[in-house]
Parts: sequence; structure tokens; C-alpha cells
Amino acid sequence: MTPVINLRRIVFWAAVVVVFAILPVIFKQSFALSMLSQMGIAVIFALSYNMLLGQTGLLSFGHAVYFGLGAFFCAHALNFIGAGKLWFPVTLVPLIGGLAGLVFGLLFGFVTTRRAGTPFAMISLGIAEMVAASALMFTAFFGGEGGIATNRTSGGPMLGVSYGPQIQVYYLIAGWCVVSMMLMYALTWTPLGRMANAVRDNPERAKFVGYNPTRVRWLMMSLASFFAGIAGGLAAINYEIVTAEALGLVASGNVVLMAFIGGIGHFWGPIIGAVLITLLQSALSNYTQAWLLYFGLFFLVIIMFSPGGIANLVTLHNPVWRARLLGKLVPSYAIAAAAGSVMMLGFFALIEMIYHYEAKESATKAFSYFGVTLDPSTAAAWLGVFVVFGVGVALFYGATRIVRRAWDTLTPELQRQGAV
Amino acid sequence: MTSPALQLHDVRKSFGRTAIINGVNLAIDTGERHAIIGPNGAGKSTLFNLISGRFQVSSGRIDLHGEAISGLEAEIINRKGLARSFQITNIFPRLSVYENIRCAVLWSLGYKYSFWSRVGALKDVRERSEEIVERIGMAKRRDRTAGVLTYAEQRALEIGVTIAGGANVILLDEPTAGMSRSETDDAVELIRKVTEGRTLVMVEHDMSVVFNLADRISVLVYGEVIATGKPEEIRASKAVQEAYLGTEQH
Repeated sequence: MTPVINLRRIVFWAAVVVVFAILPVIFKQSFALSMLSQMGIAVIFALSYNMLLGQTGLLSFGHAVYFGLGAFFCAHALNFIGAGKLWFPVTLVPLIGGLAGLVFGLLFGFVTTRRAGTPFAMISLGIAEMVAASALMFTAFFGGEGGIATNRTSGGPMLGVSYGPQIQVYYLIAGWCVVSMMLMYALTWTPLGRMANAVRDNPERAKFVGYNPTRVRWLMMSLASFFAGIAGGLAAINYEIVTAEALGLVASGNVVLMAFIGGIGHFWGPIIGAVLITLLQSALSNYTQAWLLYFGLFFLVIIMFSPGGIANLVTLHNPVWRARLLGKLVPSYAIAAAAGSVMMLGFFALIEMIYHYEAKESATKAFSYFGVTLDPSTAAAWLGVFVVFGVGVALFYGATRIVRRAWDTLTPELQRQGAV
Repeated sequence: MTSPALQLHDVRKSFGRTAIINGVNLAIDTGERHAIIGPNGAGKSTLFNLISGRFQVSSGRIDLHGEAISGLEAEIINRKGLARSFQITNIFPRLSVYENIRCAVLWSLGYKYSFWSRVGALKDVRERSEEIVERIGMAKRRDRTAGVLTYAEQRALEIGVTIAGGANVILLDEPTAGMSRSETDDAVELIRKVTEGRTLVMVEHDMSVVFNLADRISVLVYGEVIATGKPEEIRASKAVQEAYLGTEQH
């Protein structure tokens, strides 16, 4: 099978490193840099979550607990470093977050992993509530409403790196992100990682091949919490403030969405989800105030039409790609994309019209939409938007039939080649 | 005098007030192929669940090679060298054939909960898994997802998962249930082959399989063993014929 030193693997990870290295060279703007930093943190967090959900079959509604606790411990560590009470390189501070995550993962996981399925999900929710409530009670450690502020430059410059400029923080996050990705990927191919899948599939059978499913779940959860803590530590360094929101239910829900939208059935699925959702959250909110609505709809559409997430949509094309038939799908996809754009254009305009009609604060309700001024107080605007939306729906419906036909013509060819 | 591979002392099991197993005494010698037969509802599967640690006994004791195993967790009993299959196929449906076998091999080769060794680089695991896949005749199905195999293939995989850990006492619960004649013949050959040199206890309804494979047979009726003996003794026994064979013989 695979030799110990695998050239393809080395090339792959080298490519990942290069991508991380050149991203800030391409996206130079400061908001892009902070978004990239956020993405790196989200990627670690989402991958760590998928160690539970995708690999061990544990649906947790409280994974941000370990992210948040990691962040708080790192914020305090940075403050100790700043006060001269602790000597520790800032570069390695995320490790403190990881250890905090690990310790709490071991502690809480000991209780929660005795059950799987719905009871596990409920207990994880209970623990998340409990920790979130504690965060507001124990103000000395959690800082109450204001949270804990910190200073990432408190370690002083080391080898010319002070972590003052965002670019240095980005590279710190990128470095930890690559290392975490490699470790989490490697973990899936260890005996524990394989047995996590076995326990996910059939915990009872796992017992009869010598494994204690509770122990497998507990270890996986502790390790997942370790990586969540690292992500939290990086967040503390990145934002220089940690509030109770970091360990709250919204943050826990967010990572569930990332994993699901990206796809929990593949290792790299959550990476797509993390990047996409971070992008949507920071970019979309710049353009429209109704962005949360779009975000919710996006999640709904993915879960309804591709329960395996975006990763599943991609891997669906693997046999086609291998049979070198992808070119036959491209025209139908282009038509569907064009038709879909018209539909979306109409749909978004409709939402924005409603939103601006509802909004009372501005004197005029008119707004600019892709260079066109729409005024929701005129009937013509409503009519126009409805027509665009209606035509878009009709076109898109037609396009889905074209796509289906393209797939239907491929199937016999794929079967002939034995690709499916 | 060595102790039997498996010994049951006055084992009883009740669910609530319903007694399912009423004091079973049974000794199975090392290397023996032993079949447990009996009418539906006699408690055969329950007996297996008690031996393998899936259920706890209400009273009595079960010894594996002279060491008490009753009261232990199923995984602990498995580590002591007792493996079982299930009447309803019980495999890892989303893993491939090879991975199913590999999961069953890992503990016995000492890898436990290791999260530092790369499973693909473990030579002993690879060799053992490949050998088992070969032995159950699934080499061509190696990378198929277990959930999409045919019924007979899944039954063969079930046996493969059961024997992969190298247990020396094997419990098979109706290994040929639901199979056609030719599939049954293949399954019997497979069982004979893979349990070579091990102790086999099986529950089976198909009398041709039982009389073909077993060295000795125990008849379980209403939670009690009413007879134990060589196939010809069981066939000749009046009590057995009345209680069981007479009513169900085809």
C-alpha cells in the first residue's frame, strides 16, 4: 500500500504551505488580511469539530466551549507575559489554549461521551449553557460583559517578530493552521482515527472487536477540544479581546453550520465551509443588512439539496472527471449558472425591496441595487423585480432539466468505463 | 487436566419476571465444534449474549479457559480471546471490506487507542488483514463499502470480522440464516476453514449444517439443556425427538 514517505503527500502539503504564504501577497488590503486571519482560525475550529461529527458521529452543540476557554486562557497568558510574571514566547501561546481545551475536553468529555446520539447532543448543549452562564458569573476570570482585553505584542519583539502588524499575526495563524491540518489529517489514519469511524458506524460491533466505544469517543473529543483550544488561542491573539461570546451557543451553532455546509463526510469539507462562511459573514455584511437572512437561506438550500454539503457536490464529479467527461457537463452548468444568476438577482432584489420598504429610518426608501436605483414605493419597481424573478425561476427550472439530461447521457458511458 | 475452553455453571437469566435461561450447565472442550440447537424462543441467542458479555447473567458463572468472564464488559471478554458473530448482520456499513477487517485486527495486535502510529504503515496489520480478506474469499471486494455488499457477502464479512482478531473461541449465531442451498454450502466450507484449530460454538437452525459441522450438539429447550452428545446420539435420543426434532423435522 502506501510507503512511509509518500511523494504525493509531500507535494500536496508543500502546495498548501505555498498557498498560505502567497495569499496575503495577492490580497493586500487590510480587511482582506484580517479576513484571511479569521478564515485560518475558522478552518482549525471547523476541522476540530468534524473530528466529533464527521469522524466519530457525535453531534455537539457546545464545541465553542473549548474554543472559548482556550481563548480566555491565552488572553490571561498574554497578560501574564505582559506583566513580566511569565516568560513564554507568544508564538507558542496557542499551545496553552490547546492544553486548556484538552483538559476541559477530558473533564467534560468524561461525562458527555458515555452517551452518543441525541443524549450526547443534549448533554453537550447543557454543558455549553453551564459554561456560558459561568462566564458571566465568574467575572475575575471571564471579565464579565466586557471580556478580557489583552495585548498580543506583550512578549516584545523576538527575532524581529513583535506581532504588532497584522501580517505577522496572519503568518502565525497560517503556521498553526497548516500544522493543525496536518496533525488532524494524520490522526484520521491512526488506529484511533479508524476506530472512531467504526464507533460512528456501529458502536456495539466495536465492543466485540475489543474496543470500548466510550473510550474512543472520549479520546476523540479530548483531541478535538485540543485543536478547538488552539483556534481559540489564535483568536485571542488576533482580536486582542475575548468575551463570553467566544464560548457561547451562537459560536457553537456557527461551527455546526460550517461543518454541514462544507460537508461532514470528507476531511476537507469543513475547510470549504469555514472559508465560505467567514467570507459570507464579513463580506456580505458590508453590502446588505439582511445578510443573516441570506445566510440562513443558504444553509437551508444546502441541507435540502445536498445533505452531504459542498464537498459531496464536488466528489459527485470524481467519476466523471476520471472518465474525462467533465467537459460534457460544462455547457449545461454554464446555462444553469446564467439562469440561476437571473433568478438570484430577482430574488435578492425582492428581499432588499421588502427590507427597504420596512426600514423606517431613512427619508427616502430608494436604494441602489447593482447600479440600478430601486424605489419600493413605486409599483413599477415591484413589477420589474417580480418579472425578473419570475423569468429567472422559469429559466432556472429549464436549466435543471438540461443539466439532468447531460447527466443522463453520461451515465451509460460511465457504466461502460466501469467508473460507477 | 486442562479446563474446558468454555464452561457454564448453572447460568440463569431473567428479564423482569420472565426467566429465559433456567440453569444451563455446559462444558465445551478446546478445539471442539459445538452446535446449540433448539426451537425458536428456546434462548439460544440469549445464551450467546450472556457468554459474550452483551447481557449480564442473573446468576451462575461462565468460565473461559477456567477464568471467570461473567460480569465483564463485552470488549474485555473479546480481548481474552472470545469473539462472536451476530444473527442479524452487524458490521461497519460505511467502511470498506478491508477496513472492517482491519478494525477487527487492531486490538489483537496491540495497537489499542494509538493516535501516533500510521495505520497504513503497520506491516503486521496489513498482512493479517489481507490474509483474512483472502481467506473469506473477498479479495475482489476488498475496497467495496460493506453496506452495499450482497447478503451472502455480508455474512461472510461478518465471519471475517469475528475471526480476524485471532480469538480462540468463536461463537457464530446462525451463520447460514437466510442463505440459499449453494450459499449455505459455501458458508459451511468457510466456517470449517476459518475455525480450524479453534473452538467453535454455533447456534444453527439448518440441521444439515449442524450434523455436517458439529462434533457435539446441545439441545436447548425453554432455557434448559435437555441433551448434549455426539450427532448420532442426539439423532437417536427419544427426548430430543419429542421436544424438538419431531416437531420441526423437514
